[in-house]
Amino acid sequence: MTQPSRRVALKVLGGTLGASAFAHAMEPLRAWSKDLSLDQFLQRHYKELTRDEIGEVIHRHEQQTREEYGREVTIRDVRPQEGVQFGYALSLSVCIGCRKCVEACHVENNHDRRTNNSYIRVLEMEQGSFDMEKGNATYEHAVPAKGKYYLPVQCQQCDNAPCVSVCPVQATWKEPDGIVAVDYDWCIGCRYCEAACPYHARRFNWTKPEIPADEINPDQGYLSNRIRPQGVVEKCTFCLHRTREGRMPACLEACPTGARVFGNLLDPGSELRWVLENKRIFVLKEELGTRPRFFYFFDV
Amino acid sequence: MRKDTHAITYPRFLLRVIGQSFEGSWRFYLWMTVLTAIALVGANAWAHQLAEGMQVTGMSDHVSWGLYIANFTFGVGLAAGAVMMVIPAYLYDDHEMHDVVILGELLAIAAIVVCLLFIVADMGRPDRFWHILPGIGRFNWPISMLTWDVIVLNGYLLINLHISGYLIYTRYLGRKPDRRWYLPFVFLSIGWAVSIHTVTAFLYSGLGGRPFWNSALLAPRFIASAFITGPAFVILLLQLVARLTRFRVGDGPIRTLTSVLRVTVLLNLFMLGSELFTSLYTGGTHGAAVTYLFFGLHGKAALVPWIWSAVALNVASAAILHLPASRRSRAWLDAACVAAFAGVWIEKGMGLIIPGFVPSTLHEIVEYAPSMAEWKITAGIWAVGLMVLTIAIKVALTVLTGELSVEPRGRADRAGTAERAGEPAAAEGS
Repeated sequence: MTQPSRRVALKVLGGTLGASAFAHAMEPLRAWSKDLSLDQFLQRHYKELTRDEIGEVIHRHEQQTREEYGREVTIRDVRPQEGVQFGYALSLSVCIGCRKCVEACHVENNHDRRTNNSYIRVLEMEQGSFDMEKGNATYEHAVPAKGKYYLPVQCQQCDNAPCVSVCPVQATWKEPDGIVAVDYDWCIGCRYCEAACPYHARRFNWTKPEIPADEINPDQGYLSNRIRPQGVVEKCTFCLHRTREGRMPACLEACPTGARVFGNLLDPGSELRWVLENKRIFVLKEELGTRPRFFYFFDV
Repeated sequence: MRKDTHAITYPRFLLRVIGQSFEGSWRFYLWMTVLTAIALVGANAWAHQLAEGMQVTGMSDHVSWGLYIANFTFGVGLAAGAVMMVIPAYLYDDHEMHDVVILGELLAIAAIVVCLLFIVADMGRPDRFWHILPGIGRFNWPISMLTWDVIVLNGYLLINLHISGYLIYTRYLGRKPDRRWYLPFVFLSIGWAVSIHTVTAFLYSGLGGRPFWNSALLAPRFIASAFITGPAFVILLLQLVARLTRFRVGDGPIRTLTSVLRVTVLLNLFMLGSELFTSLYTGGTHGAAVTYLFFGLHGKAALVPWIWSAVALNVASAAILHLPASRRSRAWLDAACVAAFAGVWIEKGMGLIIPGFVPSTLHEIVEYAPSMAEWKITAGIWAVGLMVLTIAIKVALTVLTGELSVEPRGRADRAGTAERAGEPAAAEGS
């Protein structure tokens, strides 16, 4: 009977070695799971939380920001207003491609500093062409360049948003005022929305955002510019923490040329309505049927 | 007559099956140790990816899916392709295929496990997996194609687990399987196999913003190439089984699968050609991704070597399969299978997923190459898949050959008669 018992002993040895090797291989997860609380794990979808529960979640996030980033911040859950439907228009004749809006977005929305992320990309387009293939998003010269015009692109807040349709867990949806929002605490990070978006509007947090404490914007919205967790998708929210309180989006305030016009589509007296009624406007990739809320026009 | 109920025999069966999975020759132990080592390297890389974020991959906001989704897509095809043994066995009553059809079902199980693992590897927040559970999380069904994929993939896994599990268990008991308990599921699995790959194609082809994928031909192409990889893998597998085990495999199944391959390799090339013609002849921005894939664009050409390798492998496999040599010589046939398998792996993986993102929706050309972490995780997942397949086949064959059965070994020389099933199962584990 020595044969079988030796076999058993070898098996036990192999099993033990295998198990300890596995534990060793999974070691990096220890640090990762330290940041993960049970409350966080069990947290329900934004739309299923009561005001009180959101208050608790916000409190936890503020505390976390204090601990991890060393900054006192205020996170508010700013709700949409009745009778407001947001829209945005941009004059391609006026835009000079200076990318001040890109920078303002970066600062306002607490983007990762290392990747210099922003929700806005500006394409330098060739005069006389609307072919994006001839565009260039990484130009590094004085603007405006001769024979070029500039096409800033950010989330178009589509009424028929492909990103919302494809999300398997409803982590992204259309708010009553037209803004496409993301619940950063619900997103599973599959990035299907990123594949579905025809406007390159979505960004993924490939790592934990890095921002020095003194550069953090402490005025934060729960569905907008609070510091995003690692592994989830984010996007432009028309700065809803500002715009839902009557302020303008950061990109508009930063624009030195006045190319940007933001407002309430339902307000007949708004500048936005005047533009939509009096200018020749168009939307990007209209043929895809996404019905954007972002309009472009030329001042002729 | 009946002594034990299923409540007793089934757990005992499972225990013996588990015991059997750790039992084998030195070759088996060596093979499993190597696979375990690869799987552990992958697990470690995945743990790092989770802790440090997906910055460890080569992906970016421009190319937001990479090697994982490429392998996932290929894996779904492999799982669906396994049904190419079920169809002849059950629809055309091919008796020889009937004997080996279980290998196809086990292959489907292992392939689905691989697919599910690739999805987990691709998730930024796998800790939130419960958000996608129907009824518990918020399941965006029926709008999101991904929720359909969750349903069909898990459903396919369950169907195949049921069919193969039931057949193996009844054989273990020495009973004749009750047709009512597996035949409906077999026919369901045939339709279901087509559905898993159709839905997976719809994941991509439904996206209007990605012209490279937005083609009605994508689902048919997926099915055709699935019916290359499935049979090609099984042809190689059958020969391995014949060589390494006591299980006897006739020539019939291999002949049937080779006939299937001869058609599907050509069909696949034809459809690829149709896509190419449409894109390149029309030209313009719609063809930009195809141009990038095959010839490079604006000096960027990372995928060119990949896709031409795929074309070369696919053409070579088609040519060999139609040469008389492949009929006479197993070596030629095997070479064709390996070439076809590798060719489709590239074509449907890197050659399909990456050009969907290059050029990007704003027509920027940002290239992608898998990082070392991605390669490790990918290898690890395939290693796990091979482990699942090895154990499943090993267990199945020990039962099918009568080595493992409810009866003591001496008496269970030939299983399968109803009377035997009634006999007491006394001397367990002799």
